[in-house]
Amino acid sequence: MTGQSNWDRARSYQAAIAERGAVITDADYLQPAETLLDLYGEDIRARAFTTQDPLRGEQMLRPDFTVPIVQQHMAFGAEPARYTYFGKVFRKQEIDEARPSEFVQVGFEVFDGSDVAAADAEVFATFAEILADVPVTPVTGDIGILRAAVMGLKTTERRRAALMRHLWRPRRFKALLDRFGGITPVPAARAALLAEADPMANLPSVLGLRSESEIALRIEALRDDAAADPISNMERDLLDALLSVRETAPNAMTLLGDIAVDLPSISTAVDGMSARLDALSARGIDVETLPFEAAYGRTSMEYYDGFVFGFSAAADLNIPPVATGGRYDALTTVLGAGKGVPAVGGVIRPDLVAIAEAAQ
Amino acid sequence: MTLKLGVPSKGRLMEKTFDWFAARGVTLRKSGSDREYAGAVDGIDGIELVLLSAGEVPRELDAGRIHLGVTGSDLVREKLSSWDQRVVEVAKMGFGGADLIIAVPQAWIDVDNLDDLDAVAAAFRANHGFRLRIATKYHRLVRDFLRENGVADYQLVDSQGATEGTIRNETAEAVADITSTGETLRANGLKILGDGLIHASQATLFRGRRSNWSKEQREILKTLDAKLAR
Repeated sequence: MTGQSNWDRARSYQAAIAERGAVITDADYLQPAETLLDLYGEDIRARAFTTQDPLRGEQMLRPDFTVPIVQQHMAFGAEPARYTYFGKVFRKQEIDEARPSEFVQVGFEVFDGSDVAAADAEVFATFAEILADVPVTPVTGDIGILRAAVMGLKTTERRRAALMRHLWRPRRFKALLDRFGGITPVPAARAALLAEADPMANLPSVLGLRSESEIALRIEALRDDAAADPISNMERDLLDALLSVRETAPNAMTLLGDIAVDLPSISTAVDGMSARLDALSARGIDVETLPFEAAYGRTSMEYYDGFVFGFSAAADLNIPPVATGGRYDALTTVLGAGKGVPAVGGVIRPDLVAIAEAAQ
Repeated sequence: MTLKLGVPSKGRLMEKTFDWFAARGVTLRKSGSDREYAGAVDGIDGIELVLLSAGEVPRELDAGRIHLGVTGSDLVREKLSSWDQRVVEVAKMGFGGADLIIAVPQAWIDVDNLDDLDAVAAAFRANHGFRLRIATKYHRLVRDFLRENGVADYQLVDSQGATEGTIRNETAEAVADITSTGETLRANGLKILGDGLIHASQATLFRGRRSNWSKEQREILKTLDAKLAR
């Protein structure tokens, strides 16, 4: 249940964001399920409430605002634009009954590509100011650096694409990396299949939509892959080193700078981080002590592809971060039918702020 | 206050359940005619037999309308979220065994495991414009399994029966279904993925959470436990 005090908090946060030049907007409660399923995959069914409209088909109670706000902007907006909204979002709770299945979020989204570092800093600083008197600790990360590292691996395009696809699924990512690195041996049956002169010769009769030519194409791809050199130990070690960076921002910069010597593909992204730290500093954020974790957001924030951040209450409260956000340039391309715009934003949960304050 | 024991109301599962309890000195039987869903229990006091569909046992246990129940371990996992916090396994009964597995066409000679399935799902989506369809009636179990194993770009389509036929009918590309010997799958031109075992199910005696049980009911359970342990 959302008490009056949480709605009051939500309104005051939104007023603070609107004061900074954001336009107040809103989104529909019911969202077409197809869009969300295409974006998040089948997993969203475990998190979002699904219902049926006789004419519009399967609908979901909005699990977040980002998707509809981005769609609105891509359809009707023009850059630069700043939006704020607040209202309920709905999430099924399959594991922890103590967590609410509906709660209020207040959001801030910035579509402004004129100065990416400044926009990142603007969003982070806005939430930092709102939370100035709340006992929370910030953490930052940058999925863009990880993406740049994968894009720069000296291996086949197909392998890079496979790794990129699973950036958000650490277990499968690791399994792929072990396979591409030659750590996981090729199963005997697979080796035998690829060794056949014509693997397609004795094909059992083809059933279903996946055609014979699709099977033949994949066998060709598997043969190419078997012939490719393994991803070197050095590159795999560099990725490990990168993912384990967990330091204050200035120390993280030093470590990432070292890694960039051997993995030059991340240089641009590391420069971007440096520019962002300058921009944060200019907004009064103490970057000397600001925590940075290279793997932050990797498991829980699937559409972010650059700067990510969160503000967490004390661990013993066992609550999710009170505010989270990040950059999601690629999402705007997906939802904007190919046309993308630089975008960054975040949300804050008044109910969790209240819990953090009460525990003070 | 009696303890209500829910048992599948028909077929081999019912007969085997009756045999299992009989071997432990508890006689379950249908009272009245064979078509009547009323039962009786001999050999122990205070237990009332409730005959119902195996698929309803998890829900009834969870709701506390029955206190003990026999059903497939797959059904409990599928129908109850965080099942192990809602019911307790009292005994695995050693029959009704069946595996929930993922199967694909035998013609997919390039697919042996989940890693392959995931790669094919990505290519399939790129080629056909929609996510690879897996037909099943075990949505929760399959989704949790695929998430845990990092398989993406698939969708689950509901199939409540004749699931093996969905691929031939082009309403799915793969299936996640229950099989005991794999015979039906093979006959339908399908093969099981090497690491595609989602759950090995068998008939299991469960009990609900005892939060609202009376002292009398707890004592009946103790007596029953002693008989089952023999």
